[in-house]
Amino acid sequence: MHPAYSIIFFTTASGLGYGLLAVAAVFVGTGWLPPVRELGAIIILVGTVLVTAGLLSSTFHLGHPERAWRALTQFRSSWLSREGVAAVLAYVPIAGLAWGWVRLGEVAGAWLVAAWLTPVLAAVTVYCTGMIYASLKAIPRWHHPLVPWLYVMLGLATGAVGFHLVVAMFGAANFRSAGVAVAGLLAAAVLKIGYWRSIDTADPVATAETATGLGGFGNVRPLDPPHTAPNYLQKEMGYRVARKHARKLRKITLVTLFAIPLIGVALSVFAGFFLGAALAVIAGLSVVLGILIERWLFFAEAVHVVTLYYGEKAA
Amino acid sequence: MTSLPAQPTPKRLGLVIDLDTCVGCHACAVNCKEWNAGGYHAPLTDFDPYGAAPDGVWFNRIHSYEAGTGADARVVNFPKSCLHCDNAPCVTVCPTGASYKRGSDGIVLVEEDKCIGCKLCSWACPYGAREFDTDAGVMKKCTLCIDRIYNENLEEVDRVPACVATCPASARHFGDLGDPNSSVSRLVADRGGYDLMPEMECAPTNKYLPVREKTTGAGATLPLEDASPEGGFLGWVDRLLSDASAA
Repeated sequence: MHPAYSIIFFTTASGLGYGLLAVAAVFVGTGWLPPVRELGAIIILVGTVLVTAGLLSSTFHLGHPERAWRALTQFRSSWLSREGVAAVLAYVPIAGLAWGWVRLGEVAGAWLVAAWLTPVLAAVTVYCTGMIYASLKAIPRWHHPLVPWLYVMLGLATGAVGFHLVVAMFGAANFRSAGVAVAGLLAAAVLKIGYWRSIDTADPVATAETATGLGGFGNVRPLDPPHTAPNYLQKEMGYRVARKHARKLRKITLVTLFAIPLIGVALSVFAGFFLGAALAVIAGLSVVLGILIERWLFFAEAVHVVTLYYGEKAA
Repeated sequence: MTSLPAQPTPKRLGLVIDLDTCVGCHACAVNCKEWNAGGYHAPLTDFDPYGAAPDGVWFNRIHSYEAGTGADARVVNFPKSCLHCDNAPCVTVCPTGASYKRGSDGIVLVEEDKCIGCKLCSWACPYGAREFDTDAGVMKKCTLCIDRIYNENLEEVDRVPACVATCPASARHFGDLGDPNSSVSRLVADRGGYDLMPEMECAPTNKYLPVREKTTGAGATLPLEDASPEGGFLGWVDRLLSDASAA
């Protein structure tokens, strides 16, 4: 699949933003983090900007962005619509959390309810994002039960690293903030490696023979293409460059998305303020690079069954 | 709503494509583009038409495949357009309600005024039936020539999709596949019409008729005339002329 940069930015930025807000909401909800106003302002600003920028960028690849509001109407059948509705609803508890934390300086009563609803709606929204891809049977590597949970766990893990980074800047990093980030990264790494194993060993769902129904004669191969120049289908679905380098890119993903952030976060709690903050920054930069590569690969590795009509053997 | 209509729809209009008789002339694709460039989805893009990399929206594309090897190998011309599936994934993924399947006759259409051009329907379709119009910013697809088949300004004989009307080999048939007694349904039953990529579970309405078995005992299997015949007039001529040249 052709990886549109706006979609890669959207899914990674909104995942990180929702993860950051969710982890922060849990920390102030449980009282693990005192509701310091400046800290709240920065976290909610960064989180909301990431989420909103992501949602806006998802409209950049549209043919008619001015009609984007219509995408909120078909939630009964469409995961894309459900995601839009969930994203709009999620602003309500985020606003409540912001009011209690930043304006009042205490997260109690209704604002505490908002704090606990924030991770719920954040997870629902990111789950819907994952289901947009997981619901597409025509792309067998996406039509996989782990895909929506991968989106949720990667959002949580990258958000937790982001949260640890922000609290480290305030000298408030501790074993809890590091522990959540480490646990999130480990869980996401296990899911991702499991997903790769699963798609690598899965039997093909469709072949050039079943796509044409000509398998009775033997092996099917294209003779004359329908047109002399590549068409929309080939440009949109026939992306192959990254698949050639998938092994290398997977290793780079493992190092940048999981290994470096894990080591950086784990060491940062044992270091002093400056070294700790520097290690958290390294972990944060690495996790951002890693998630961008991971998402690019997620798109680029996926084979669409329509390519069976254009020379792919199996998908 | 982009939920699918109750199944089965009263009519299931679609095409039956005969892979045995298709000659691969592309006339159906050309007539499709000609009609639809002025029809329901008009205009259709046609960039750089005489240049090195022509590009644009087509509702119908004609592939050709080689299948098998040796004496049993076949070359098959393979037209492919929207299959108007009963279980159309392109409809249910649509976030705006632009994509829909008609409850009356099962035709899958796009309401362009509602389409935001997110392309998700083209990702959901296993068959590549939907193409993005970069000029209009919306998704386009085969309409089964909805502006011909119900068009009372046309002679009744012309109320068929443009691809069917133009096919010189009668390889394309149009009709109601929901009616077991229709000519297309009987054709499918007689010839063993099949679904493309059934594992995608889209329940396509359009059916493909398989290539027939090869006929034997004709053509290449008969030897050519013996150049050194025994007896008869030709034998006498052969002997006489052979002797003469030897002498």
